[in-house]
Amino acid sequence: MNYRSMVLVSGDPRSMERGAREIYDQFQREINALELENEVSLAWMQDVGRSDAVPLAVVYPEATIYGPLKLEDVHTIVEEHLYKGRIAPGLQAPVRELSGHIAWISARQGTLPAEQRIILKRAGLIDPTSIEDYIADDGYQALANILANMQPKEVIDQIKASGLRGRGGAGFPTGLKWQFVASTPGEQKYVICNADESEPGTFKDRVLIEGDPHAIVEAMAIAAYAVGADEGYFYVRGEYLLAQKRLRLAIQQAEEMGLLGEDILGSGFNFKLHVHSGAGAYICGEETALIESLEGKRGEPRARPPYPTTNGLWGKPTLVNNVETLANIPPIMLNGADWYRGYGTEKSPGTKVCTILGNVNVTGLIEVPMGITLREIISIYGKGMAHGAHFKMAQTGGSSGSVIPSTLQDTPMDFESYQENGVSLGSGALLICDENNCALDLAIVLMNFFRKESCGKCNPCRIGTERAYQILKNIAEGVGTMQDLEDLKFLSKNLIELSNCGLGTTAGTPLENILQYFMPEVEAHIKLKVCPTGVCPMSGKKAYPKTKLVQLEQA
Amino acid sequence: MTPDNMNVLEVVRGVVEEHGGKAEELIPILNDVNRTIGYLPKEALEEIGRLVKTPKSKVSSVATFYTMMTTKPRGRHVIQFCESAPCHVAGGREVWLAIQDQLGLEDGETSEDGKWTLITASCLGLCGVGPIMLVDEDMYGNVTPSQVPEILARYS
Repeated sequence: MNYRSMVLVSGDPRSMERGAREIYDQFQREINALELENEVSLAWMQDVGRSDAVPLAVVYPEATIYGPLKLEDVHTIVEEHLYKGRIAPGLQAPVRELSGHIAWISARQGTLPAEQRIILKRAGLIDPTSIEDYIADDGYQALANILANMQPKEVIDQIKASGLRGRGGAGFPTGLKWQFVASTPGEQKYVICNADESEPGTFKDRVLIEGDPHAIVEAMAIAAYAVGADEGYFYVRGEYLLAQKRLRLAIQQAEEMGLLGEDILGSGFNFKLHVHSGAGAYICGEETALIESLEGKRGEPRARPPYPTTNGLWGKPTLVNNVETLANIPPIMLNGADWYRGYGTEKSPGTKVCTILGNVNVTGLIEVPMGITLREIISIYGKGMAHGAHFKMAQTGGSSGSVIPSTLQDTPMDFESYQENGVSLGSGALLICDENNCALDLAIVLMNFFRKESCGKCNPCRIGTERAYQILKNIAEGVGTMQDLEDLKFLSKNLIELSNCGLGTTAGTPLENILQYFMPEVEAHIKLKVCPTGVCPMSGKKAYPKTKLVQLEQA
Repeated sequence: MTPDNMNVLEVVRGVVEEHGGKAEELIPILNDVNRTIGYLPKEALEEIGRLVKTPKSKVSSVATFYTMMTTKPRGRHVIQFCESAPCHVAGGREVWLAIQDQLGLEDGETSEDGKWTLITASCLGLCGVGPIMLVDEDMYGNVTPSQVPEILARYS
């Protein structure tokens, strides 16, 4: 059954203390009284981070928050909002910067507020192996319009005006990157789609490609036209066999229809696309390593500058964009920059595809407006913490993101707000951990990942990640010392400041976060020889010999 | 199939020809040879280097860089277990211990009868259903320790 509205009543302890149960029952009575029970669904929710306004109710699809509620307010809300369809005056929670509106498409079971799907709107709904399906849903319309009516500069201007930022993790303004490549002189230029998605916990690009491959193909053609390239590559992760197959088929279909190849749609624009399979290396997601790998070499990052925008593939100006970034291009070109800016926040417009993982009731992939908070994601989409446990920390953006303590769960998820708090959004993976997880243990898992994936080209990263892993491991065995913490700080600083590429820099970040936010827990391992969550082995045996770190700056 | 009953050089020549013998195709070539033979024997690397006009040292350095290629023979069945954080948090460690117990192998080892090779892998991109284990090309999700013997019993 599809409901037209949905009322969520806050059911956190503080709300319950203040009469949320009575309010919920009152809603049920008022809804029944007006015979709206088949049109309006009523449900409990977890805390939405508005403890200043509890008990509260959120009415979707408008996402209007009413609170703090008194029993007599319920009648007004039901009559005004749910029956007459206008926002009940004077009862809304005091305005606070909220996460943008959450739109309502008839959610399948009619129980969840829907996401905002711009780039995932076709995934799962069309046949990804049929170009006709894609064309029937506005596919290749943006490309056709651009080739007929727009100059490359106008395309770049529109992308710049949309405020789109790279979705691979760094958040660099996409329009600017395009402009850099376009303005570099050169006969031969390349565009590359970075689909080497290897960030643990991230599988958005795989779903995007598998579900809607033509959208990315179209975006690549638009990008190539804008920057003046006539050849493009998909660098797809080696393990993603289905994604590679779908892309190859999509390219073939587009070529047969004259949407790729020579003189596309009679415009004189030529564009050839290739699919290149990776061979298993996390580091190849770094754009210069990716280019090295594409040239048939070891995937070791180059020193930058020069950047790929001037010296990329085969030394030619090259545009490298993430799959998700590209997926945003056709809708922006079709609907305009202003439309796009209607989603998300001012400085981070648009949506973000996130994966929710870990100790929540529902794991999976969602597309939500930028600026939503972690708490909203956990309670609305994750359907709360599993087994009624408490939220302890989240790991954002795969390994290269940050460890977010529960105190930051109300921070809007956009590039700026996260940056202000010294954490990063990364690639959109959200690993939610409850109180049964040990922060030190998580750090070990992450550091183990980095020490294995470090390409070994530069010393700070190759040695730093290994050494940090050994120290963390020793602490987990109960043989750590306070000096180890100093060494870890030194190592994380070295990793962040001295590494050649982003891998080393981001390897230092979770370490720094854990030392910053979970110090008491780590100290308990050292001083009390106890793992507060009982996760670490604490055997008292050294896992690794202690070696003295020579701190060069003091030597 | 093992290198004993397969002509390594023939495989290499076929694959190189398919890819046009260009040096920039080195990685796809290595990948395909690896997939056909199961690993990259020394004579295969030498032949590839000769055909695509690339020094042996470079072919070898590329072949040892990527995790999807291996220069050592592996068991008949390769188990890859994801050890990344999302699977770990979902209970991966217990599953890993169960696999190790069952096979008596450490990370990277091959059993004496040549049946199993056990390796850990970084994220396999199916985190929504972790813990994940991959046996050859069969993916198993939401694995629990008690399911491990049953999964392994499916392979002969």
